Amino acid sequence: MTANGIFQIILYLFVLLLTVKPLGLFMAKVFQRERTFLDPIFGPVERLIYRIAGINPDDEMDWKQNAIAMLIFNFFGLIIVYAIQRLQQFFFLNPQGMSAVSPDSSFNTAVSFTSNTNWQGYSGEMTMSYLTQMLALTVQNFVSSATGIAILVLFIRGLARHSATTLGNFWIDMTRSILYILLPLSIVLALLLISQGVVQNYSPSVEIPLLEPTRDVSGTTVTNQVIVMGPAASQIAIKQLGTNGGGFFNGNSAHPFENPTPLSNFLEMLSILLVAAALCYTYGVMVKDTRQGWAILAAMLIIFIPVVFCTYNAEISGNPKLSASAIDQKTSDINPGGNMEGKEVRFGIANSALWAIATTSASNGSVNSMHDSFTPIGGLAALVMMHLGEVVFGGVGSGLYGIVIFVIVAVFVAGLLVGRTPEYLGHKIETYEMKMASLLILIMPLTVLFLTALAVITTAGKAAVFNTGPHGLSEILYAFTSQGNNNGSAFAGLSVNNPFYNVTGGIAMLIGRYWLAVPTLALAGSLVRKKLVPPSEGTLPIHTPLFIFWLIAIIIIVGVLNFLPALALGPLVEHLLMVQ
Amino acid sequence: MTTQSLDQLKRPIGLTGSMYMHALFYSLKKFNPILMVRNPVMFVVEVVSVLCTVLWIQALIGYGEAPAWFIGSISAWLWLTVLFANFSEALAEGRGKAQADALRKSRRDASAKLLNEPTYGSLYKTVSSIDLKKGDVLLVEAGEIIASDGEVIEGIASVDESAITGESAPVIRESGGDRSAVTGGTRVLSDWLVIRVTVDMGGGFLDRMIHMIEGAKRQKTPNEIALNILLAAFTIIFLGVCVSLLPFSLYSIEAAGQGNPITVTVLIALLVCLIPTTIGGLLSAIGIAGMDRMIRHNVIATSGRAIEAAGDVDVLLLDKTGTITMGNRMATEFTSAPGILKERLADVAQLASLADETPEGRSIVILAKEKYGLRGRDVHDIHAHFIPFSAQTRMSGINIQPEGKNGKRIIRKGAADAIRMYVVEIGGSFPSTVNLMVQEISRLGATPLVVVENKEVLGVVHLKDIVKGGIKERFSRLRKMGIKTVMITGDNRLTATAIAAEAGVDDFLSEAKPEDKLKLIREYQKGGRLVAMTGDGTNDAPALAQADVAVAMNTGTQSAREAANMVDLDSNPTKLLEIVEIGKQLLMTRGTLTTFSIANDVAKYFAIIPAAFATTYPALDILNIMKLTTPESAILSAVIFNALIITALIPLALKGVGYRAMSAAQLLRRHLLIYGIGGVITPFIGIKLIDMLLIFMGVCQ
Repeated sequence: MTANGIFQIILYLFVLLLTVKPLGLFMAKVFQRERTFLDPIFGPVERLIYRIAGINPDDEMDWKQNAIAMLIFNFFGLIIVYAIQRLQQFFFLNPQGMSAVSPDSSFNTAVSFTSNTNWQGYSGEMTMSYLTQMLALTVQNFVSSATGIAILVLFIRGLARHSATTLGNFWIDMTRSILYILLPLSIVLALLLISQGVVQNYSPSVEIPLLEPTRDVSGTTVTNQVIVMGPAASQIAIKQLGTNGGGFFNGNSAHPFENPTPLSNFLEMLSILLVAAALCYTYGVMVKDTRQGWAILAAMLIIFIPVVFCTYNAEISGNPKLSASAIDQKTSDINPGGNMEGKEVRFGIANSALWAIATTSASNGSVNSMHDSFTPIGGLAALVMMHLGEVVFGGVGSGLYGIVIFVIVAVFVAGLLVGRTPEYLGHKIETYEMKMASLLILIMPLTVLFLTALAVITTAGKAAVFNTGPHGLSEILYAFTSQGNNNGSAFAGLSVNNPFYNVTGGIAMLIGRYWLAVPTLALAGSLVRKKLVPPSEGTLPIHTPLFIFWLIAIIIIVGVLNFLPALALGPLVEHLLMVQ
Repeated sequence: MTTQSLDQLKRPIGLTGSMYMHALFYSLKKFNPILMVRNPVMFVVEVVSVLCTVLWIQALIGYGEAPAWFIGSISAWLWLTVLFANFSEALAEGRGKAQADALRKSRRDASAKLLNEPTYGSLYKTVSSIDLKKGDVLLVEAGEIIASDGEVIEGIASVDESAITGESAPVIRESGGDRSAVTGGTRVLSDWLVIRVTVDMGGGFLDRMIHMIEGAKRQKTPNEIALNILLAAFTIIFLGVCVSLLPFSLYSIEAAGQGNPITVTVLIALLVCLIPTTIGGLLSAIGIAGMDRMIRHNVIATSGRAIEAAGDVDVLLLDKTGTITMGNRMATEFTSAPGILKERLADVAQLASLADETPEGRSIVILAKEKYGLRGRDVHDIHAHFIPFSAQTRMSGINIQPEGKNGKRIIRKGAADAIRMYVVEIGGSFPSTVNLMVQEISRLGATPLVVVENKEVLGVVHLKDIVKGGIKERFSRLRKMGIKTVMITGDNRLTATAIAAEAGVDDFLSEAKPEDKLKLIREYQKGGRLVAMTGDGTNDAPALAQADVAVAMNTGTQSAREAANMVDLDSNPTKLLEIVEIGKQLLMTRGTLTTFSIANDVAKYFAIIPAAFATTYPALDILNIMKLTTPESAILSAVIFNALIITALIPLALKGVGYRAMSAAQLLRRHLLIYGIGGVITPFIGIKLIDMLLIFMGVCQ
């Protein structure tokens, strides 16, 4: 590791932490319907939306009504995204004349974008018209992340309120999170990205002559290059902020028009964790105990930081097998050193490793380097961050409600350890809560393991693998881990745009999002009805370093133990074979 | 009721050889899958044991996926795992069964005299006690056993209740008031009673007690259900992990180009090692043992739920008298009026109390003797006439008329205002200094007793409530546990404040009426607190019914016992503190064993994963950090450890985790250190040792 690399990682963490409190406080105000400086601008728009949609801003709903609202809204979103892809050839803003997307790919993409996964089986610049990118994908980037935030806010109210029945109103929380949080942040970020050279236009692709003609695989001489265009900046901003991650171009944030400079890289990387980290503070404010928010953020960082450095170290150490071929992997002033395969020279190893861990921990899924080319340990780290259940930061909203589920499990066992019926924030944790929490922690591993197992024994599943050896297992495992956790990042090395992977992946994403969201809301619906149990000396404090350590232990035990055999046969053995 | 069964109840029943045999017998019966399905974790183990046995038979006839000795050993240890879990439950139940049998013996099929008219002397016919219904009226005469729970409607008798309470001294039961409840199975020693049956057969107190002890109708408690759900979730996840491992293994063989697929036997071994069998196997024993610990403290809980609730109590309502203070006030000091010698006051006070058999009176005699060496004199020797306390005069005393001499001494002692009225009436005066003394003593929380001889006020005796020894320390322990203590007393505020300060309670309710108790409980509950209380009288019943944990004294009335969810056979109000600790212990034992069980998985992975894929990826041997000798010995050692750890922890499950009064954070740290970190380390050592032993014995090589 170089001092420069370490400094860049620390700088990143420092800036991220600086944003937590102000943004977190602002978001808490938005969800508690307090006045903010944006009210004069967006207040009238908000009221207009409610009037058109026929929503009474004072109406509250119980968990079932909210869950139904969320499901209906997402279902229609899914249908629209599917329809636009299938019909895009009839619409305008299609300068490249893209034809209809295949049914299985359209299904996969529709599920992917509504479920905030943004797994991309397709290649953006080869498949989607500008209209599809904007109307279908960018819109879902906003509403899918707003859905996650709204579910979180409803869930938090379940914990903040006592002896009540309603959790708030999904429509209002979603509208407000778009208008006051996602939209303003996206506008600012899009403008900053444009300043760095990210494209934002409706022009068709430009063909320019190459400075130096080259030959393609078949041996024909290539003299011209096609430069793709499009309204990229507006989509990239929300793709980063809303933990979506679906790139405008196939190269995602490794593409020079999507992420041209180190500064744009820093901003995009910051945006991956920005909202998820600040929501921890929002949580603390809304449950009226900011220590709870800080404790959760601390637990996230204690897992996150070592994994970042571990990945950075693995990547910069390079591949011992290559040293034998006299390839210089030493870091020097003119050589980044280490494993540079699949990494952009303008970002280097530190920023690629940091991005990889940020994007897998945050369920973002955008990439600025190719994870498939990482060392086995680097790939393992990215996999593990997802196997933890996307609760270390995680998707906006979904990550936080995910980690609170782990807090509830941790509180339950800790409560037993101290001889008291477990309680969290004054709510007794009883049978129903444990039922929901158990469901929530078991769905993801089962989905991922089952689908991976299915893929490795079917011809269709195995045919897609490009690589031999244990790396092939890692690739399949990564694909389902990413989709089952609504991450969306791709290990690549797997040809996934075929019916088998499009359909199984689509199922994994649906389960990963909605089968978890509904029990989460049910849990909130049960918690909100509980009588307040006031804290006493006998109450276990849940913001202490000891409890944070316990929470981390629970997350790691539940996350890693389930996948240890699979990891041992994939990246772990690949690493052992590499260093042999 | 014989005194033998009495002793059996009083003394905790230890584990005897025959109980082990019984437990073994019952643990075989528990293999019944219909019973087993109640415990999801062990049910899974049983199912895979059957599967593994089938594989073994297949291997024996020559179609095995692995050597027959290996599959056979694994199946044998899997069956042992189930057996050990069954054994722990049977052992826990065994203790209760022995106690229930002792009680049932007392419940010999007694006959009852059913009266035609509900009055003494009416005609009766003899019926079997089994045929009795609620509302029947019975006659029970000396030497007979009371056939059913009931209420005395006529008569007074001494009753031997040792069958229930273990207390050999007979108690008085009479119609009306707080002593009218009788319990089925107790024996009338003298006189007769006419009793109205208050329960139908089988619903009596003794029946309920037997049910509870036997655990026959044991319902899982809410917390136990919640834990069971979590354990089931872990089981399902690990089932998924193991099932998916076969495809992964097949793929890996293709990828590596070498090796044999993981055998079903190894997958089964991995599954059983990963699922939380330790806690799953012991969970039910922990619950039964918790109930059993209550019984050994002579507390009968009506449900396991009540015991769990006891661990959560935040507020204890304690009656002052009997719980915090000794039952009675005691004389602690003599303060004489100006110009009067203390010795004289003591002497006169002692004389006035010679024939006073109340504890207060006796304490005055003793204090005078201890402080001034005044020996008690016989009332008859000094030709005295004792004046007992009466509600009208509110004084007691003594008139001494020495034979043939003048100088009649009229001595009185009583409350200040009563004496003042008396002195003024006979023409004396009540000195203002004594008045001041009286006020001062009241302020300090004691009761002043003024002594007067003829017309002269001699001084004041301090009567004080004596706070029980060690009670302050117990309250401070409770405070550390986060439990608030509230003293309930009928005393005035002044007295109550002083005693509250001396006993170290957190709060008190003075001049309390029974309905105030109920109000107080409701207030605390509205604030989300869980309230525990003890009570004995009929007027306590509403409050007992309202409290979350209500302990009725066994000497209490039937209605109090009905309203409560626990009955203390010793009728010792301080027992509440033990009840709270047992409740906490119950949850803690579950928590620690769960943590231990899950923490064990780490080592088991390190044992099994390299062994399972030894032929495919020899490189994985780097994970074999225990350096287990062969793949077979590694897997077998893990399975054996997994089975043996259950037996090793049975004593802990039955005894419960040792309780220490400390804050929740300290307890968490302590338990995570012992059972969390310990749970990670122990199996590494255990599995290694078993592996060495297997090699040494030549089972594997």
